[in-house]
This record gives sequence, C-alpha cells and structure tokens, in this order.
Amino acid sequence: MSLLSINQSGPFTHQVSSVQKTMFTVLLALMPATAFNLYLFGWPAILLFTITVGSCVVAEALCLALAGQPIKAALSDYSAALTGWLLAMSLPPWAPWWVGVLGAVFAIGLAKHTFGGIGQNMFNPAMVGRTVLLISFPVVMTAWVMPHPLFSAGAPGLFEAIGITIGGQMPDAVSAASALGHVKTELSRGIPVTQSMAQVPDLMDMMLGYRAGSLGETSAVLILAGGLFLMARRIISWHIPLSVMGGLFLIAATFHAVDPARFSSGTFHLVSGATFLGAFFIATDYVTSPVSKKGQLVFGVGCGVLIWLIRTFAGYPEGVAFAVLLMNALTPIIDQYTRPRAFGRNRKGEPLPLGKGKP
Amino acid sequence: MKLFPIRGGIHPDYRKELSSEKSIVTLPMPVALYIPLQQHIGAPAEVLVNEGDLVKKGQMIARSGGAVSAPQHAPTSGRIQAISAIAAPHPSGLAQTTIILEPDGKDEWANLPEPIADPLNADPQLIRERVAQSGIVGMGGAAFPSAVKLDLGMRYKLEILLLNGAECEPYLTCDDRVMREHADEVIDGARIMAHALGTPRVVIAIEDNKPQALAAMTQAASVFTGIEVVGVPVQYPMGSERHLVQAITGRETPAKKLTADIGVVVHNVATARAVHHAVRFGRPLVSRVVTVSGGAIREPNNIEAPIGARVADLVAFCGGFAVVPERLVNGGPMMGQPLPGLDVPVVKGMSGILALTAGEIDPQPASACIRCGSCVTICPCGLVPVEMAAFIRKDNFEVAAKLGVMDCVSCGSCSWVCPSHIPLVHYFNYAKGMINAQGREQRKNDQTRILSEAHTLRVEKAAADKAAALAAKKAQAAAAAAAKEAAAKEKEKDETPA
Amino acid sequence: MLIAVGSLTVMGVALGGILGAAARFLAVEENPLEEELKAMLPGSQCGQCGYVGCGQYAAALAKGEAPVTLCTPGGKTVIETLAKKLGVTADFSEHEEKGPEYAVIIEDLCIGCTRCIKECSVDAIMGANKLMHSVIAEACHGCAKCVKVCPTDAIVMRPIPETLGTWHWPKPEAPHQHVVH
Repeated sequence: MSLLSINQSGPFTHQVSSVQKTMFTVLLALMPATAFNLYLFGWPAILLFTITVGSCVVAEALCLALAGQPIKAALSDYSAALTGWLLAMSLPPWAPWWVGVLGAVFAIGLAKHTFGGIGQNMFNPAMVGRTVLLISFPVVMTAWVMPHPLFSAGAPGLFEAIGITIGGQMPDAVSAASALGHVKTELSRGIPVTQSMAQVPDLMDMMLGYRAGSLGETSAVLILAGGLFLMARRIISWHIPLSVMGGLFLIAATFHAVDPARFSSGTFHLVSGATFLGAFFIATDYVTSPVSKKGQLVFGVGCGVLIWLIRTFAGYPEGVAFAVLLMNALTPIIDQYTRPRAFGRNRKGEPLPLGKGKP
Repeated sequence: MKLFPIRGGIHPDYRKELSSEKSIVTLPMPVALYIPLQQHIGAPAEVLVNEGDLVKKGQMIARSGGAVSAPQHAPTSGRIQAISAIAAPHPSGLAQTTIILEPDGKDEWANLPEPIADPLNADPQLIRERVAQSGIVGMGGAAFPSAVKLDLGMRYKLEILLLNGAECEPYLTCDDRVMREHADEVIDGARIMAHALGTPRVVIAIEDNKPQALAAMTQAASVFTGIEVVGVPVQYPMGSERHLVQAITGRETPAKKLTADIGVVVHNVATARAVHHAVRFGRPLVSRVVTVSGGAIREPNNIEAPIGARVADLVAFCGGFAVVPERLVNGGPMMGQPLPGLDVPVVKGMSGILALTAGEIDPQPASACIRCGSCVTICPCGLVPVEMAAFIRKDNFEVAAKLGVMDCVSCGSCSWVCPSHIPLVHYFNYAKGMINAQGREQRKNDQTRILSEAHTLRVEKAAADKAAALAAKKAQAAAAAAAKEAAAKEKEKDETPA
Repeated sequence: MLIAVGSLTVMGVALGGILGAAARFLAVEENPLEEELKAMLPGSQCGQCGYVGCGQYAAALAKGEAPVTLCTPGGKTVIETLAKKLGVTADFSEHEEKGPEYAVIIEDLCIGCTRCIKECSVDAIMGANKLMHSVIAEACHGCAKCVKVCPTDAIVMRPIPETLGTWHWPKPEAPHQHVVH
C-alpha cells in the first residue's frame, strides 16, 4: 500500500493548537486595553500605533528576505505584529513617527533576527526596542500627555494628529508627568512621597486607566481582563503574573511600612506604570522566560524585585523593561537549575533509593 | 480507596464511542494465517513444523527460543503451507520468519494439556510453566512474556498484583469489552496469577470513562476477598505501568528498577483472561480481541481474531474503508506504531488497528520552537523535552542521555501538545535507537578486543610451548649426546691400559 | 594616567610571559592533530585499513603517510570529515561504500584447510582439518582477512542484516528553522 507513508513515528493525533493561534489569542487579549487607550489618547496614538506595528511587520519581512527564508509563512504567525503591538503600547502616545520605526528596527532586526528569528532570541524584542529608544532619546520617550479622549474638547483632530506624529510638533501645553515620574521628581526635590502622592490621580483613576502613561499601559483593569482571558485559554499560567506582582508588592509594601515618606506603597507600585502590562504580557513572553513552572516563579519574583529596585533607586522612574531584560539574561541559567525532578530520580538525577516509597 | 496524583499528562480526544458499544465478534476464519516467530520481546521462537505438516488447533508449532521468549501455537487446524519471510507488523516493514497456515475449516483442537485442578492451591511453579507453555505475552501492547513476570514472586517480596484495565489510549475499547463481557474470566485469571506470584492483594484499576466495565468487574470481584476494583482518573498516560503503580500505591518506582522492586507486579486484563484459559482449559493463546476503529473504517468493531489473520481480513470484516486512510496504526494513536501495509498479520500484542483520516491526525509541518514550555508542564516523567530535542537535533546523545532521554516512556504527550508540531517523541525514539546501537557497537568492540587478546595469548602460549618443547628436545638430545660421549670416553679410558 | 598605562602594560607583559613560558615548559608531548583524527575514526580497531588499530591509522594520517579513504566501517561520512580536517580532496575511487559485514563460508567450496582459522584474530571460525569450517557470526568483526587466505574463494563477506531488534527510527527531518551558524 503506497498511500501510507510511515516516515514518522506517533502520536497520530494532536491537540488543536498552533503558534499562529497562540499569537492571535494574545493579540485578541490585548484588544480591550489597546482600544481604550487609543480612544484615550486620540488620533496621534492611533497613528503611532499603526506605524509601529506596520514597521515591525515590514522589518520582519525584510529580515526574512535577507536571510533567504520564506516570508509569507513566517509572517502569518503574527509574532512580528505582536512584537510591534507590545512595542507601541510601551511608547509615549504622542511620540513622533520615527520613534515607532526606529523601535521596530531595534526590536525585530537587533533583538530578534540577529539571534536567528522566532524562538531564538534571548531578550524580549519589544522591550529591547523600547529600552534602546529610552536610552537614546530620553526626552522624547518621557514626553507624556494627559488623556485627550477622541472627539472630546481639546483633543487633536486627524490633521492636528498628523502634525504631532508626522510633523513632530508636540504641543507644549499638554505634557504631563506620569505618576511614577512625578513622585520620583518630587522626592529628588526633597518632597516626601506622602505629600507628592496628593497630586497623582486617585486609585480608581489609576486602576481604570484615566492617567498619563504609555500608549497601552494605563488601564490595569482592562489589561487584567486580557490576562485572565489568556489564562482561561491556557496560553499563560498564573505563575509569572502572580510572582511578578507578588514580588513587587511584597518588597514595596515592606519598605513602605518602614518609611512611608521615602517609599511609595505597594498598591501604588502595582497600579502605576507598566506593572500590569509587564506582568501579564511582557514577562510572560514564551521565548524569553523559563520553561518550567518553578523557573517561572523565580523569574517572576526576580522581575518584581528588580522593578521596585529600579523604580526606587535608579535614575529612571519606570523599571519594567529593564527588569524584564535583566531577568531574560538569567533565563538560561534559571532553566538549568529549575528542571523538574524526573520520575524515579532525585533532584540530582540519581535513581531513588529502594525501600523508600516516596522521594 | 485513596488515590495518588501523577505528574503532568494530557486529555486527548478519546473517541472510544466509535466502538465501545460493539460487542466482541469472532472473525470468520481467513483463508490463510501468518504466524510470525517473533511476536514478543526476547528471542524469536524456533520452528517445530515442516511445510506440508497437518496441525491441530492449539498445537505448538514453534517452541520458546530462550529464557525470555514464547512459543507459538496453531490458531486453528490445517496444513502448514510454507515457512517464509513476511513483512512484520512493524514500522520498519522488515520481513521476519513466519509460519503460513492454511486452515482446513474444521477448527479441531489438538490434545490439550490437562486443566490444572484447583489452581488456587496448586504449586505456583506449575502455573508458571503452564503460562510459559501457552505462549502468553503481555497483551497491553508491550508483549513481554508473561511467565517471566510471574517468576518475579520468587525473587521479590510482592504485595500487590495490579491488573491494568486503564486503557488510556484513545479509540481502544478491547480491554473495556473484555472486562464487560468476560469479567469472571478476568477475575479468575487475576486470582490465579496472584496465587502464582504470592501477592495477598489484587487491585484492578480502570479509568473512570468505562463505568460499565467498572460495574461488571466490581460485581464479579465482590464474591471474593482481597480483590479491589478501583476507578482511576481519566488522565493520559494513566495506563503506563509505573504511573499506574504510583496512582494506586503512591510509590514511585526508582529509575532503572522494576515495579517489583517496590512490591507491585502489573499485568494487563486481557493477559489475565488468557491465563484463565490456559490454566482452566489448557488452551494456549491463539486469538485475541482487537479494536478496529478510526474515522476511515466503515463500521468500527471489537473483533476476536485468530493470531495470524491479516489486518486486511479484519478491515474487510468491518466493511472496509469509508475514506482513504491517511495512516494505519498498530495500537492506539498515542503510542501505536504505523503499519507498513494491510498484509501484515495480527500478533499477540496488537490491541488495535486504526485507520485514521487526515482530519484525525492533523498532520502539520513542524515550525520553530517558541519555548512555550507546554511539553515541560505535561511530561509525566518530569523531563524537559524541549531541551532534549535541541541536543538530539545536533546529534549530541551524550547530553540527551544525561537529561534523561532513556527515562522517556514515549507516551507522546509532548508531541501532542506542541503548538509548533515538532515531532518530539520521534526525536526521542531516534536518540534511544542511536544510544542502543552505540551500546551494541561498544559491546561488540569490547568483545572483539577480549577475543583478540585471548587469541594473541593463545598463539603466544602455543609458540612458547613449542619453543619450550623444542628446547627440551634439544637439551635432551644434547644430554644424550653428552652422555654418549662421556660413555665413549669412559670406554676409551677403560680400554686404555693403565 | 601614565601610572595606569604603565601598570597595565607591566601586568600584560608579565602575565603574557608566564603564559608563554607555561606553554613551552608544560607542553604535552602529543600531536594534537593525531588525537583529533583518532576521535573522528570509529574506534572499532578493526584493522581493515591495514593498520593495527585506529590510533595507528590516525598517526599515519597525521604524518600524511596514508590516504583518507581506508576506513571501511566509517564510510563516506568519516572520509569526508577526515578530508576536511586535513584539507585534502578524498579520492572515492578507492573506496566502496558498505556497512558492517561478517564472513560467511560457502560450504560446498570449503576444503577444510584451516588456513582461515589460523588467520582469524578473534577465533571466530570453527572447524578442524579436513572438516568443513563455519563462522560464528556474533564473534566476527568483519576484518575480511580470512577471505584473502582462502585458497578456494570459499569465504564471502555479507552485510550484517538489519533486524526488528536493531532497527530504529531515523532522525526526523529538520523542521523549518531559522538556524544561525
């Protein structure tokens, strides 16, 4: 019978799953938070978002062409679009167009394809893109604006938006500090946290996202909804998000209890900046996080602690990107030390001793 | 009964409903039976018959070929048509020596060995011998000679005979049907085996997705003491020997040891039934129940087929193919092996014949690994498939072995779950094959070195002996000459007048 | 500045000197090329190349005294690796591709002269004077020396057949991968 090829061993059944489907589900989960923030920051954000995602896809296509690999098949896995999407969400909403384009080049070209493309990169591409931009163009990358919801009074129309995004004419009057930045600046002027906290939006606004911040990070509630959706679809597990937020909250709350004037509260750390986005969508990146559940817990706690350290002691007000990149570098070693215990063997890999039923 | 959790595992699409409500039917005798000499793990059997011989049903036609081996018996009466090489039901499609039997249609039994009277009080050795003579091998798929496993009671202190009725493979329903329809025979076989092994307890584990089998077995067991029928969670690979032992007893079999080392021996339910037949009626293993199923089979069924019937005969009995199958599988879809064609025979370890459509297999080209970690999460053996496969791709078997590739039970869960459709288990099968081949080569080289050294030693010794003999001869000759000379001198002296 | 440059230079010279001295005085007396070549060979010491074992063949290769095509069990792969290592082009005309083999004595032709028995270095041939000889297949390592001494050409080399026990799955085809070298 020639119709049967037997060149491959079993199994002869497969879970309905594919890389494409996984990536698409992640995009779907990002949808609510993105839509809300695009509404909140108006046309300039929509333009920047489109340009960033588009640039990433183009950059991916170019890199694949350079490597002589099939372009269409690789593009259809949505991984470049996801990278672009996450990069856009971490940019200031009214940043000029070239920020998105440069970020895409760094994210896709430098962080992903230099290492060999999908699955091979060591560092989270979107965060490499954002970090390179932040270090190279600190002013542009920290030019936050207060929310200007679409069609509201004072919100830029499409033509004004083209001026802002393409023309680079950032209106001076609208700039605002992020909550984290504000607290940090005030602290450096000798004003204690307890006092500066009065000027940041209240907890409810922080949770819902009516605040200044990056293009996609402001709404903790919507990001949480997306994250829970991913958990329900079993794309991610609770290990990384919970350990990132748990690590961050515990260390922040402890120090806050010791010296409330110097250290912001745990809750503030959780709802401000990119904590939720980082915990649910960035630290959970498959390629750059550990493969075992135990490793993921170590990785998550490491991210949480580093976020707090960088926010509290380093020169930058926000530390999610740095923290994730630093932990990415540790992923191979975490993987090596957190391998599960093999059946019938102890942690060292030696066969279990006889006579004892349980390890 | 308190159960214990096992690590990882998956929940594939079981599709047992295709054949689970079909009663076991007997296959009409085919025009020819093809009985391979190797249907089990171990040495092949040795032929006892010649072309043209007339044989009766149950007559031994090939005897056990070693300590770990099993004899073959004629599944029906007829004439030995030929003894020749026929493609084996094995993915390699390699030919192996096979006895071809032409049934005479009478299905006449040979003079069978006498039933063992009161087997539950008989000498265990008697039962083991009967099982060995009857050609019984593990019918769950591994086909390990059962008598060897019944010997374990002599070397280990055993507590539990665990009867494996989990049948965790999708599609397969043969054990389910055997338990539903022949619960008494299975229980009786189990009691006989427990007696042979000397285990005080018998536990029969059945996955919870077979409620009728659970009920039938519980009822059949209720009249005896010391037999527990336990429903275990539906979690593939629950039927894996070591995992089932862990689920039932909480004990973890150490690597490189047997379950007997921790006091448990596992046998399949169909094997227990075969033991019942052999001990109570003297009937050897000449047929088995096979599930014929899959989306490409017109009428899936559970068939009691004589050993040696061709796969084509069973497929035809099920109404043939409804659509052209993408793949023919021997066993279940998770751990089964692809069949090289329809002309291969049914063997003792063949629990299922599946004709699967492309839609059921979902074949897709492999793409790059995205390190999602699913394979690590689900691996029931606690291995890191993603890492092992990466090393095997580079043919680095040493590191793969260190990472535990030889501990892999090839359950297929990692391949099943992989979103990139990477054939992980295929990588592991390849690595195991290569490592075993290297081991064989190493042993051969060691043996060659030993033989060669022995040879050199022998040659040198022979040469030395020869030289010594020569030297001795020379010395003797010299001594003789000297003596002669001395004598002559003496004589001369004597003759010389003083 | 000068101090910094000076001290670094001194350190560099000193450490470099120590390393250089160590390399000279602690050098291992062994041809590294020979070791590398030996590692590439199958290591079965079969002697089919005409040398006593793989080590001797490697030594000859390292000195450039032997062609790279002599290793029969290693096959084409080994030849190509050796050729690449030594920077020579392999002449495949001398090499015929074949797997591991064992000797078989054709019963009708054997005259029982025992010459092969004396030649066999692993005592894999049984028999006596004027009696038919036979090869113990398990012990034969395929050196083919017996073939050369047989006066009646009664010995042939046959490939060791693959069996159900020795067969295993081949390497799966590599998935489409972004491999960087």
